[in-house]
Amino acid sequence: MAQLTSRTPMRRPQLGRGLVLLVAALYFLIPMGASVWFSISDKNGIGFQAYTGLLGAEGFTDSLWLTVKLALATVVLLLLLLVPAMIAARLGSPRLRTILEVLCTLPLVVPPVALTAGMIGVLRWGPDYLMDTPFFQTFVFVQQPEFPLVLVLAYVLMALPLAYRAIDAGLRSVDVRTLVEAARNCGASWPRSVFTVILPNLRGALLNASFLTLALVLGEFTSASILGYQPFPVWIYAVGNSQGQMSVAVSVLSLLITWVLLLLLAAAGRERRHKPAHS
Amino acid sequence: MTTAPTPVPTPAATDEFSGGPGVSGTASPAPARSHAKRRAPRGGSWLATLPLFVFFVIAFGLPAVAIVIGAFTVSSDAETGAGSFTTANLSDSVSGAYWTALLSSLKLSALTALIGTLVGLPIAQAVVTSRFRMLREAVLTASGVLANFGGLPLAFAFVATLGNAGELTKLFHLTDHGWTLYSFSGLTVAYLYFLIPLMVLTITPALDGLRAQWREAAQNNRATGLQYWRFVALPILLPSLLGGFVLLFGSAFAAYATAAAMVGATVPLISRQIADALSGNVLVGQGNLALALSLDMIIVAVLVMAIYLPLQRRSARWLS
Repeated sequence: MAQLTSRTPMRRPQLGRGLVLLVAALYFLIPMGASVWFSISDKNGIGFQAYTGLLGAEGFTDSLWLTVKLALATVVLLLLLLVPAMIAARLGSPRLRTILEVLCTLPLVVPPVALTAGMIGVLRWGPDYLMDTPFFQTFVFVQQPEFPLVLVLAYVLMALPLAYRAIDAGLRSVDVRTLVEAARNCGASWPRSVFTVILPNLRGALLNASFLTLALVLGEFTSASILGYQPFPVWIYAVGNSQGQMSVAVSVLSLLITWVLLLLLAAAGRERRHKPAHS
Repeated sequence: MTTAPTPVPTPAATDEFSGGPGVSGTASPAPARSHAKRRAPRGGSWLATLPLFVFFVIAFGLPAVAIVIGAFTVSSDAETGAGSFTTANLSDSVSGAYWTALLSSLKLSALTALIGTLVGLPIAQAVVTSRFRMLREAVLTASGVLANFGGLPLAFAFVATLGNAGELTKLFHLTDHGWTLYSFSGLTVAYLYFLIPLMVLTITPALDGLRAQWREAAQNNRATGLQYWRFVALPILLPSLLGGFVLLFGSAFAAYATAAAMVGATVPLISRQIADALSGNVLVGQGNLALALSLDMIIVAVLVMAIYLPLQRRSARWLS
């Protein structure tokens, strides 16, 4: 019996594992393959019109540029807000950490649609009650079509739980307090010990958080479409209604871009990590 | 004073430092440690968190207040009594077509989360126990990408694959067998595309936390593989599994873009109803209905979180 059991777990999982992974691979690869095929096949064979026509399509560059601006602004604002707070919470009282955790989990409770509904509710207060106050200018400012700050606010909020998790995982693997104390004992100032000791240790986590945020903003459709702006995803939707093939081409491209982005970030993270070993 | 925490072997123990019974000398380092904590700039730590708090009040607090106030007041576009207290919005939001949409959303989320959990676990297990490091890295990276591959691209990819003119549909003549993507089951298949990777990402750390010694101990006690899973692994994984299920449920419940682009109005979902109501597709005087519907959605999400967070904390305690 003992011999049987010690032998079977060795072999059976091998087969089961292969089968599980194969089925999973099929389910996840077929839609990708089908999308690629769909986007390049036409009546007389293979053509890349859907891809080449993209650049010339109306609104393509504008919407893409808007999305890139929004994404960068979101990542910068998010990291500026979150990183100091999280490091401070690690160093400070556990109570602060709990508060921060609750705070960063709260946005999960409000689905993007509901958050957008609430934001529209707030934006309506502007014309209703604040017409004659300086606040009204702020309301106009955050809604300007060239760069809708209100979307950045929404995106930062949506990315908050993801980024918090990513950075928290990084902080967990680093003994922040010991590192800071060591740096302080060596005579480093507070900013210096944070910038030259803590942040380099968190590089992977910060990249991870930035990537997740970037991916979120590049694909976010809900708020932007309801609030009436036209960043890239909303543009794709508009195109998809008229030119199916082009919308699938864009989907394929967006998946590719996400992959490339991720691989670049992974490579960057790995390179940095290996550097000390070489020198 | 910095030497005080170092003799403690596990990082988890530093959190419950005072709770170490029978450890001689616990009493003396403990005060020293709390003293060290004090010395860290306490005011500074609050100062560093202040911008986040301010942002939160503006970007989260104000909309939340707007939702609650709006849900309980008569819309400003109503003929009479604009701004006065009412519960009509809320009662409207849980009746008729809106109630159907809410139920349909709940059903879809529960079903997809269940399938996602049941399918995600074996995949994660296969990856964790695999000897090939490359495979593990590849699957986890792919999961990271796919878990975020929701929204429009997902919808279009599935339309291209399984839609009426999709490649697989044409290849296997699926429409003749009664298949249509623009339905509840079609939406389920599409949602699983990002929910399963999400589950793999969520459960992998928990599976990593299952120590090899536990399995060896079980085997030394002549436990079969099944018994090991039934009595050792699953009880430990259960909080993580349930937590993952709830997380998947929440993601599916909040999703909007995929359904909006894929099925349109054929499957009623509450997120779509809110968007419709916000775009003005409601009767005059029901402008605040969208806010009431949002409140319904938030209530469901709060319940989800109320289940999820304790579970997550529990699993974290076991697997640290």
